Amino acid sequence: MTSLDEVQKRRLLAYSVPILAVLSALVIGAIMLIALGADPIKGFSKLFSGAFGSTSALTETALKATPLLFVGVGITIAFRANVINIGGEGQMVAGGLLSTIVALNAPDLGPFILIPLVLLAGLVGGAIWGAIPGALKAYYGVNEILSTIMLNVVAVQLMNYLLRGPLIDPLEVEKGTRIPQTERLLESADLPRLFGSGRFHIGPLVAILAAVVAYILLWRTPIGYRIRAVGQNTSASRYAGIPVKRTIVLALTMSGALCGLAGAVLVFGSESHRMVTDGSTAGFTGSAGFNGIVAALFGGLHPLWTIPASFLFGGLLVGGLALQRAVQVPSALILALNGLVVIFVVSSDRFRKRLLERPPVVIEDDDNAQPTAVASSADPPGPAGGADPGGGET
Amino acid sequence: MSDLFTQSAIIAVIAGGIRLAVPLLVASLGETYGQRSGVLNLGVDGIMLLGAFGGYYTVLKTGSPWLGLLVGIGIGIIMGLVSALMAVTLKAEQGISGIGVFLFGLGFSDLLFQKWVGTPRPITKFPKLDIPGLSDIPWLGEMFFQHSVVIYLAFAAIPFSMWVINKTTFGMNIRAVGENPEAADSLGVSVSRVRWATVTIGGTLAGVAGAILAIDLGIFQQNITNAQGFIAIALVYFGAWRPLGIMLGSLLYGLVNALVLQMKVLEIIPNDWSDIAAMTPAVITILALVVVASRFSPPSALTKPFTRGA
Repeated sequence: MTSLDEVQKRRLLAYSVPILAVLSALVIGAIMLIALGADPIKGFSKLFSGAFGSTSALTETALKATPLLFVGVGITIAFRANVINIGGEGQMVAGGLLSTIVALNAPDLGPFILIPLVLLAGLVGGAIWGAIPGALKAYYGVNEILSTIMLNVVAVQLMNYLLRGPLIDPLEVEKGTRIPQTERLLESADLPRLFGSGRFHIGPLVAILAAVVAYILLWRTPIGYRIRAVGQNTSASRYAGIPVKRTIVLALTMSGALCGLAGAVLVFGSESHRMVTDGSTAGFTGSAGFNGIVAALFGGLHPLWTIPASFLFGGLLVGGLALQRAVQVPSALILALNGLVVIFVVSSDRFRKRLLERPPVVIEDDDNAQPTAVASSADPPGPAGGADPGGGET
Repeated sequence: MSDLFTQSAIIAVIAGGIRLAVPLLVASLGETYGQRSGVLNLGVDGIMLLGAFGGYYTVLKTGSPWLGLLVGIGIGIIMGLVSALMAVTLKAEQGISGIGVFLFGLGFSDLLFQKWVGTPRPITKFPKLDIPGLSDIPWLGEMFFQHSVVIYLAFAAIPFSMWVINKTTFGMNIRAVGENPEAADSLGVSVSRVRWATVTIGGTLAGVAGAILAIDLGIFQQNITNAQGFIAIALVYFGAWRPLGIMLGSLLYGLVNALVLQMKVLEIIPNDWSDIAAMTPAVITILALVVVASRFSPPSALTKPFTRGA
């Protein structure tokens, strides 16, 4: 038996792994900056002040973190069922589109009805886009990684078609500019601002609420129990009478619903209060559909831990913009840095998991079986017990 | 609609389809090696983008498409080694790590393009090779035997890969490691060494595919692959992990794309519908995945990292 201190020490170490991973990615980023002839010290000090240095910076960070949190929580639910949802991007677009369509067609019902209505529409849009790969996986055995990626492609084309055609602002057609965007959506559907005249709106609070609900769902309800059971051991769940196929569909549907909600919040919390496309998914989502995955990993695939994780990661993205402006390199740098962060966090995830496993009898020896059956190396998409930073039992 | 059935339109579709199929063919052939050994590399699109920029930039500076291809190979090898390090040694979640490579490739290729090139300038393409005798056959000559040299080379890689995977010891090890790594390991095959090799081959071919894409088009732009790397991964499933199936799948894709292109040129598809038409490849992929999933199963160890004794 190891002392509690030993366990705590390992946990602390485990939590520092993703942070070290991000720092390593930033070191490579610094090398890239030097190669591009920019001053990395100036750049990185801007990164931190731009993310956390002032009230407006913190506001931006919270707003940037919001879609990450929605997506991260959604990814967590899917991951717990051992399903990898790479379709956050498309689900966000689908949610944004459906909520926009509702807002364009609904009469002005006042904010108390309209805001919940458009958020619900976003949820439904994302849910549909998540249910499709869910059903394809459960009933036809189609790999969800591939189907969700393809649905991302379909979603972006659908967005471009709708915003360039049927949903385009009539004014854009009249003027002949044809910018692919809708007209300004109903004012009563704008997400209410908090704290006076700043940009901060209720989006971040809705996201935090969603994380809490997801936590309760996963650990306090039969549905959540089934999702986790299917994720840990499909065949045992089947013998226990859990409807495995339906559970998989449900997990991906809920995962998509949260991503769709992120899309709706992006539309109705935006400055322009309309949906705009620049032709790419990232133009609308800011790659949150992918970055949310990293936030989820950062948060140890636990809805509540995903809250601070998203905030940190949102800060990194906001600070990245400040860095790019300060040292004047093309904004593509952010995307490249972003990719490096994903690479480093995912590659180091194994060390984190290992530290969170109950202390092994023999350390540093691959040839000996790990003492824990759950989260052993044999089941790689390990949302299983080992990855759980302590929320499961409490 | 009748414009579509003229000689020139039909030849344009078939010849164009073959041309468009080649980057997909090369990339998914590479991915096949990795997947047959149990590794799903989702980073293909990112590696293609880096290879495309490297190839384009080299040709822009030196004027030699062959040197550009060589740089594509070099970038592919480096990124293949990085991918192998992540998937095999660090045992990263394969469904996600490749997305990181994709984002990096997308951003970094665009960054370098904006920094070093700025405005797109056309470059020298690969030389054309008319196969003597055959290229003079009416219809068929223009469709099949008047292509650039790399296109013939790419198709030659199919039988070569079939031979490697099915007939050589290396190929046998790849299949063993992909189906039953424990058994392969107990027989003394180094699972990680085989996987390092296959993932590096996959990365190399992805880099080559990107370079071919850019040099064949004679241009580079942001996100030039337009998700072709992801389609290439799906094509491996489509082709049921066999080189011949992958060739058929790539050709089908090339032809569909060329057909849509031709229909746009002939204004059969109105401009407003071009976004809808652009969905076709992704929708076909999803449908194809449904059909394939019911008949063939992937290598048993696909996406599962191997740890001895676990």
